[in-house]
Amino acid sequence: MEEIRNYTMNFGPQHPAAHGVLRLVLEMDGETVVRADPHVGLLHRGTEKLAASKPFNQSIGYMDRLDYVSMMCNEHAYVRAIENLLQLEIPERAQWIRTMFDEITRILNHLMWIGSNGLDLGAMAIFLYAFREREELMDCYEAVSGARMHATYYRPGGVYRDLPDRMPQYKESRWHKGNDLKRLNQWREGSMLDYLEQFCADFPSKVDEYEDLLTGNRIWKQRTVDIGVVSPEQAKAWGMSGPMLRGSGIAWDLRKKQPYAKYAEVDFDIPIGTNGDCYDRYLVRVEEMRQSNRIIQQCIAWLRANPGPVIVRNFKVAPPRREEMKDDMEALIHHFKLFSEGYCVPAGETYAAVEAPKGEFGCYLISDGANKPFRCKLRAPGFAHLSSMDEIVRGHMLADVVAMIGTYDVVFGEIDR
Amino acid sequence: MNDSPVLARKLEARLGAKVVDCTEVLGETTIEVLPENWLAVARFLRDEPEFTFEQCMDVCGVDYLSYGSVEWDTTDVSSQGFSRGVEGKGAGRFNWSERPRPGNVAKRFAVVAHLMSLQHNQRVRLRAFCVDDDLPSMPSLVDVWTGVNWFEREAFDLYGILFEGHPDLRRILTDYGFVGHAFRKDFPLIGNVEVRYDPEKRRVVYEPVSIEPRVLVPRTIRDDSRYEQARAEREAGTK
Repeated sequence: MEEIRNYTMNFGPQHPAAHGVLRLVLEMDGETVVRADPHVGLLHRGTEKLAASKPFNQSIGYMDRLDYVSMMCNEHAYVRAIENLLQLEIPERAQWIRTMFDEITRILNHLMWIGSNGLDLGAMAIFLYAFREREELMDCYEAVSGARMHATYYRPGGVYRDLPDRMPQYKESRWHKGNDLKRLNQWREGSMLDYLEQFCADFPSKVDEYEDLLTGNRIWKQRTVDIGVVSPEQAKAWGMSGPMLRGSGIAWDLRKKQPYAKYAEVDFDIPIGTNGDCYDRYLVRVEEMRQSNRIIQQCIAWLRANPGPVIVRNFKVAPPRREEMKDDMEALIHHFKLFSEGYCVPAGETYAAVEAPKGEFGCYLISDGANKPFRCKLRAPGFAHLSSMDEIVRGHMLADVVAMIGTYDVVFGEIDR
Repeated sequence: MNDSPVLARKLEARLGAKVVDCTEVLGETTIEVLPENWLAVARFLRDEPEFTFEQCMDVCGVDYLSYGSVEWDTTDVSSQGFSRGVEGKGAGRFNWSERPRPGNVAKRFAVVAHLMSLQHNQRVRLRAFCVDDDLPSMPSLVDVWTGVNWFEREAFDLYGILFEGHPDLRRILTDYGFVGHAFRKDFPLIGNVEVRYDPEKRRVVYEPVSIEPRVLVPRTIRDDSRYEQARAEREAGTK
C-alpha cells in the first residue's frame, strides 16, 4: 500500500482571496487543514518607529495607511492618545463631527468587507452593489479633507476644518452628461450635511438589497453557517474584539461601555450573534451598518442646529487662522513653530482605544516630554484575530479557510504596520 | 473605568509585596512588577473574581534607551546663538556600522501588557523591566492568555526580548533572515539592507542600504509651565 503523507501548500501572498499579502502555509490532509501557519509582515513598514522619528502631528497621515479601509478611526485613536496626554478639551462640534465620520468609516469598512467577502465566496454582484454606496461616502471624505481615502482630517484638539457648505458637483464631460449628470448631482445641490441626509434616508433600502442578495441565499448560507465557529471563551482568550467578539454572543462595544467622542449621547443598539459562526458575524456587520446609519442621522441633526468652533484655540497644538497670521506677528510665530518643531507633549503614557470597525484599535503612547513620541504602539484588532487562525480553521476544508480569512476582515496595513 | 482610583488601591492591597509600583495617572492604572512575579500577577489578575481581567489586549516591548535625550539643546544659548540641533544619537542619525554601542544602562527593556476586564469594564497596564540588557527575557504569558502568542513574537522580533516558555518564538513582522531587532533605539531608522530586482541575476538581491541617515526635525524637550502646573495640581489632588 502506498504511503499517504500530508501535503504542505502555500496560500498567497499573491492569492486574490488572501486580502492583500497574507502568506498562509497550510498543512493539508487531503482537503482538510491540519495546521495553518500564517506568515505576516510582508507589508511591514515600521510605522511605529517612523512615528517616533517625527513630530506628533506628522504621523497622523501614517495612521490612515494602517487600516486603509477604516482611515479616520485609526486617526481617532492616535489623536485621542495625544489629547489624553495634553489634557485637551475638544470643542463639542468637533466631537460630533468625529462621531459622524467614525460611523461613515464604519459603513465604508463594512461595505468593503461585504463586497470582498462575497467575492471570495463566489457572490459577484454584491461587490458592485457595495462599491456603488462606498463611492458616495468617499465623496464625503473628499469634500471634507480633499482626499478620498487618506484624509488626515482629525487633529489633536479637534478636526482640521468645518464641514463644507457646498457639496462638490460633477461637471459635464464625455462620460457624464444629460440625465446621467442630473442624476449624479441630484443630492449635491446643498451642503455636505444635506447630501449625507439624503444618503442616510436612502441607505437602509440599499442594505435591504444586500440582504436580498445574501441573507437567504442558499449558497451563501452553505458557505458560512457553522463555519469557523468561535466560542465566547475562545474569543476572550484570543483577545478578540469588535464583530468577532459580538458574533460569539458577547455584548461588548467600546462605544457603549467606555464611550468616547459623543457616543454616550446618541441612541443605537449593539447587535450580537448566537452561534459565533461566519454567518452570525455577517448578520452582525449588516446590522451595524443600519445602526451606523442611525447614528449619522442623529449627528446630522445636531450639527445642523449647533454651529461653532471645530478645533481648540490653543496655538501650541492647532494653527491660528490664516487671516490672523497676516497681521499678527505672534500668530505667525505660532504657525511657524507648530509646523516646524511641533509641540512638546508632557511626559507620561496613555492607552487610547476606539471601537474601530474591525474591533478595538488602540494606541499606546509614551512621551518623554519631547516633540516626538518616545514609543507609539498601535494595537491592531486584525493582528489579534489573525493569530487565532490556526486554532479556528484546524479540521476545516480548504475552501472554509477563505471564508474565515474573509470573516476576520483582515487588512494588512494594520496587521503588519 | 470610573472606579479606577479605587482599583489602584485595591490592587496594591491585594498584591502587596509583589508590586514594585502601582500608580494611577490620567485615569489609567499601571502596575509594575518584577519579572519573577510577572506570571503570578498575570494569573492572579485573570482568575481573581474581584478583577477578572479575562482579556489581554496588547503586549509590547519598550526600549528605554535614550529616554529623555534630545538632539537640540534649547536651554543654553551661547554668543553664537542656539546650537545647530545635531546633538544626540537618535535612530535617524546613524547607519548600521556607526550605531552606538550602549553602555550598561540600567533596566533598558520593558514588557508592557494591557489587560481588560469585560465583566468589570476596567483596564490595567502591567509592566516589568527585563533584568539583563544583553539578553532580555521575560516569562511568556501564553499559558494565561492564548492570544498573546503573536504579540510576544512581535516583541521578540522587534526588541529581541526572549519569552521563556513561548511555544513558537519566531520572527513575525520583519523579513526572513533579518539581522538585528528593528525597534531598538540603537537600530538605525534607515535600516541595514535594501532590496531590488536584479534583471541579470533574474532575482531579488539584497544590498547594503544606499540612503544617508538624516533627521528633518530634531528632537527637543521644552518645559512648559502649563503642564507643570497641571501635573502639580493632579498630584495634589491624588494625595
